[in-house]
Amino acid sequence: MLLDVKDIHKTYATADGPFEVLRGIGLTLDAGETLALTGESGSGKSTLLHLIGGLDTPDRGQIMLDGVDIAALDDNGRADLRRGTVGVVFQQFNLIPSLKVSDNIAFQARLAGRYDPDWLTVLADRMGLTPQMGKYPEQLSGGQQQRVAIARTLAPKPRLVLADEPTGNLDEATASVVMDLMLELVTVTGAGLLMVTHSDALAGRMQRRLHLRAGQVA
Amino acid sequence: MTRATLHALLSHWWRNPLQLFTLLAGLALATALWSGVQAVNAEARASYDAAAATLGEGQYDRLTRRDGQPMDQTIYVRLRRAGWLVSPVVQGRLDGVRIVGVEPLTAPGGIGPVNLSQDADIGSFLTGAGQLFGNAETAARLPDLDVIISPQTAPGTAVTDIGVAQDLLGKSGRIDSLIVLPAQPQGRPALADIAPELTRQQAQGGSDVGRLTDSFHLNLTAFGLLSFAVGIFIVNGAIGLAFEQRRPVVRTLRALGLPLRRLIILMAAELMIFALVAGIVGVALGYVIAALLLPDVAATLRGLYGADVSGTLQLRPSWWLSGLAIALGGTALAASGALYKLSRMPLLAAAQHRALAMAAGKRALAQGAIAVCLLIMSAVLMVTADGLIGGFTLLGALLIGAALALPLILDQILRVAGGLAKSVTAQWFWADTRQQLPGLSLALMALLLAMAANVGVSTMVSSFRLTFTAFLDQRLASELYVSTEDARQTAALIAYAAETADALLPIQSAETDIEGQPTQVFGARDHATYRDNWAFLQATPDPWDTTFAGQTILINEQLSRRAGLDLGDEIRLQDQTFTVAGVYGDYGNPIGQALINEAQFFRLYPDVMPDRFGVRMPAEKVPEFVAGLEAQTGIPPSQTINQAGIKAISLAIFERTFTVTTALNILTLAVAGFAILMSLLTLATMRVPQLAPAWAMGMTRARLGRLELMRAVLLAMLTAIVALPLGLALAWALLAVVNVAAFGWQLPMYIFPWDYARLGLFALLAAALAALWPARKLARTPPADLLKVFSNER
Amino acid sequence: MNVRVWIFCLFPFAAFAQGFAGLGSDAEGFSIPTPDPAFDFPADHGPHNDYRIEWWYLTANLQAADGTPYGLQWTLFRSALAPEKGDGWRAPQIWMGHAAVTTPTAHHVSERLARGGIGQAGVVADPFEAWIDDWTLSGDWQTLDMTASGPTFGYDMALTARGPLVFHGDKGFSVKSAQGQASYYYSQPFFEIAGTLDLPEGTVAVTGNAWLDREWSSQPLADNQTGWDWFSLSFDDGAKLMGFRLQQTDGNSYTSATWIAPDGATTAFPDGAFTADPGETYQTKGGEVPVSWAVSLPAKGVNVTVDAINPDAWMTTSVPYWEGPVRVSGSHTGTGYLEMTGYE
Repeated sequence: MLLDVKDIHKTYATADGPFEVLRGIGLTLDAGETLALTGESGSGKSTLLHLIGGLDTPDRGQIMLDGVDIAALDDNGRADLRRGTVGVVFQQFNLIPSLKVSDNIAFQARLAGRYDPDWLTVLADRMGLTPQMGKYPEQLSGGQQQRVAIARTLAPKPRLVLADEPTGNLDEATASVVMDLMLELVTVTGAGLLMVTHSDALAGRMQRRLHLRAGQVA
Repeated sequence: MTRATLHALLSHWWRNPLQLFTLLAGLALATALWSGVQAVNAEARASYDAAAATLGEGQYDRLTRRDGQPMDQTIYVRLRRAGWLVSPVVQGRLDGVRIVGVEPLTAPGGIGPVNLSQDADIGSFLTGAGQLFGNAETAARLPDLDVIISPQTAPGTAVTDIGVAQDLLGKSGRIDSLIVLPAQPQGRPALADIAPELTRQQAQGGSDVGRLTDSFHLNLTAFGLLSFAVGIFIVNGAIGLAFEQRRPVVRTLRALGLPLRRLIILMAAELMIFALVAGIVGVALGYVIAALLLPDVAATLRGLYGADVSGTLQLRPSWWLSGLAIALGGTALAASGALYKLSRMPLLAAAQHRALAMAAGKRALAQGAIAVCLLIMSAVLMVTADGLIGGFTLLGALLIGAALALPLILDQILRVAGGLAKSVTAQWFWADTRQQLPGLSLALMALLLAMAANVGVSTMVSSFRLTFTAFLDQRLASELYVSTEDARQTAALIAYAAETADALLPIQSAETDIEGQPTQVFGARDHATYRDNWAFLQATPDPWDTTFAGQTILINEQLSRRAGLDLGDEIRLQDQTFTVAGVYGDYGNPIGQALINEAQFFRLYPDVMPDRFGVRMPAEKVPEFVAGLEAQTGIPPSQTINQAGIKAISLAIFERTFTVTTALNILTLAVAGFAILMSLLTLATMRVPQLAPAWAMGMTRARLGRLELMRAVLLAMLTAIVALPLGLALAWALLAVVNVAAFGWQLPMYIFPWDYARLGLFALLAAALAALWPARKLARTPPADLLKVFSNER
Repeated sequence: MNVRVWIFCLFPFAAFAQGFAGLGSDAEGFSIPTPDPAFDFPADHGPHNDYRIEWWYLTANLQAADGTPYGLQWTLFRSALAPEKGDGWRAPQIWMGHAAVTTPTAHHVSERLARGGIGQAGVVADPFEAWIDDWTLSGDWQTLDMTASGPTFGYDMALTARGPLVFHGDKGFSVKSAQGQASYYYSQPFFEIAGTLDLPEGTVAVTGNAWLDREWSSQPLADNQTGWDWFSLSFDDGAKLMGFRLQQTDGNSYTSATWIAPDGATTAFPDGAFTADPGETYQTKGGEVPVSWAVSLPAKGVNVTVDAINPDAWMTTSVPYWEGPVRVSGSHTGTGYLEMTGYE
């Protein structure tokens, strides 16, 4: 089993006092498997994704990734995890504006020390980004930017891909194309995919689906 | 990993060269201002030190003839053969250069600051070949002599062997003074037994020149200190800008798996490299500033105090290093806060806003508390502080306290103004300005300090000028001053003046000790000149009547303060007791002074022969008098000084002082303006989301731009209003606390409203200029960018 | 600039000969010593300004009533910047005086520098007086009065000659190297001396014997000579020995000695007859110096150990060197003075 999440709790401090976002969530995912995480705004799905991605730490519970409990890792350990094992695709793309497309795509692979020019060429080609390689992110459309972000995430061939509303900023047609590409490439690399979305259409294209309500599995 | 990260970090600057420029320029400007002022100060001080080292001025006791005339060289040999370790000095002027002849074998410092390489031909120095040492300027003034260039030699001075100097100055076989070496052999006879015609002058802690010019340097040091404070604010602003702009990138880098520690190390290294580059540029700029200011400073000091200062700048390694240290240290100081914030920054943007909002309230409270503490402390120190340390602590507490209090004061003013606003636009304007305040506060603090420094220092300099010129009027009341060389000249002058002048006032003094303070006692002749011109700090109703009647004594402020003498206190001179009837200001004099009636003076000091005289007459008769004096008595015009001439020189000198002060004023304001510009640029990135709603609701971009400009001017104006009382408090502290501690006299403070108004105008201009570009940029923001705000907002 | 730097160059204990030793005068116009001299007294007690350097060098071994040994030095050096004459400040003569008192635990030193030509320092032959500032050595060489003082000491001495003048080398022509460098050199080693020392601990009355050296030259050392060790020993049996060892850069040395019988009769010894080998050393302020020597002159049965009375007798003067009283033991016993240069 690639991912085994058990009994996760997470509380945030807010202006109105503490707010418990996650109340004992659990889930599992195998390599090559795709899972949609759906739910209302505030149901905790993004928070759960951040915890699995090592961007934040749970108050309680266990997140076993390849047999390692990432909830117990320190800051450096989680940075290692983000660099190589897990890749995150954000809704806001989070590209580095001062780097060209080619450098953005290569960036995470370089960080992880897994720079493979051939694989990057394949990725760029499949994403249809080859003509854009010399441009800067601000010169691209939203769909193109998200394709760059996906290519960047897949460049170091992560074991687990996490996507937080990856098509949330895109129109429907573009979203569909981007989604196709992402699913295709995840299959190629054999990684597991966990995607947060509130679109039923997108959720339907995943193998499994998990619905959250008020911090618990519905 | 490191290469990829550095590439990502640095690529930011190549894509945003303007930001890189502001960061480097801010750092460089701050460094330049600091090192420029330091360089001017250091250069002037080095000049005095060289002068002092040439003659051992101030370090060693000296023997001179009681009548001040040169002594015969045989006295030197007589003293040496009696066991007195003394070294002869002869000096005089030749073509405007001070020639100093020393005897290197016996002088305590060899031949002073002159450096000879080991293979230099010392034989020709000693055997009268006529070798002189001087700096390049001096050498140029003595084209016919063999002057060896020695940059360490005091400006305007040539050092040579005593034999050579005697020949050049026409003083063969004569010596002006003897330096007494500190270590003397056992069992030597008393001076009075070997050379009764000589008197011994005690060494002083510092040279007279040094003490007098310290007053001027205090101005510059205060400026240097304040410009440093302004500089630190700017550096802080520049670093803050750099971090603010890259915050999203930093977050992305971390999300992609870059460890925090490595990120911080890389960013710190990047900043240090920038600081080094900016520091080098800044020191070079500072050099230019100093080189431009130095001729004026040198002229000021030369005229004001007779201190020769080299008009050209030398590059000193210590100065380079201190400039770079300031740039690096300032960056480190400013960056440590930003890096700390970065290390605490949550990885997820959402958490950020909540944390920031909560921290801001607490920080404002703490800042307010510190500001109040510092201001209370400065208020207490204003009453209690004495000594230089106390004075500077007062300055520090006052300035930092006021700077910290500024954002809170402005916030209150804006809150009240917002409450009074009627129209919706006005309400939005005030509320929006208030919201901007935290981002601008650092720049406004810099502006506050710059303005307060300018108000303070120009008040001090102007007060100094007013006091000093009034003092010159008092002291230089006589139209002409004549010095005589011997009793024959004195008698001839008295006879000639009796026929041609209204009055002849002898200036005669004796050195003594009052309450342990070295003091010069003067004997004054009863004349209206004194009653009409002298101003007292404190006096009995009729100080001159009782003094000329022989009952009372008048003392200067220095003596009054140091010996703790007040009106009515008694002073004993030999067998006679005087009551203090007046205390007068005596600016620029390092030692105590007292004035008694001429008749008493002659009784107490019968040996003193007057050799200087003030002559009263209508001013237009002076040329005629001087011509007649030479014809009838043989006293040449070179022995006379025209009062009008002295005053004209003094005033010209003050104009120079103002050139320096004005230049520094403009520079500090420019730097503060730069700080505002950078802060506005920082804010501009955050402004678009804030302004987009106002635009969407119907405000034109041009109007928004105008409001942005107005906002900057308004904030600068409010800051200027706070700066004025702060600057006056600063001036008061400089005049009444620091000056007293440093020199023993208090300068009265004068207010110069027009100067302050002009300064305020400059400040507004600086703020407007700084805001112009960001406002224009805003007015030209493409609508698409404003629209993006709505599409991207979550 | 520090005067010491070039004073060091001017006063050559180590004036490593400037110019080639020709006959009669060197390249710069100074006279140089020639063999078979004829001395003319009292004129030759006075200065010889046509020679580059010259000295009046007095050392004394003293004893207080309680038996405490003291050493005393009074020296006046003359160095000419040029052979020409000049008046007043232009006179090319530089004078340097060194005075010292050595006790078993302390070493007091003072130095004076003066220009010639203005009367601050100088020597006149008849009536004889040598002076610099308030230091004087004056009299008719049968008796001499001597004073000197420094910040921490002073002395006032009377000397009486109990024997004849003694001439070193070949009748006063003293060869200093295999290349022929030489000086004129004579001594009065038979002075009885008595007087008072003013020391920080109080005034001490002392008596003893003194040795006055006179030497002048223009190039005393050869290029390859780096310093010297000079011994003046007074044995309890009345005989005296002057010996010196000139150190060479190649590690070898050049020695010379004069044996002085109690009646003043002299025997001069050429290079190699006299040996002096350094033993135990002492780290002074200026350098590490041997303070114990094995000295021998086999021709006279001398085989003695010479030990410093106070090993810390470093002269902290412009030209630094070691100079102090010594004790002699072995085949002969007695006292003496040791001077060592070239160790700094």
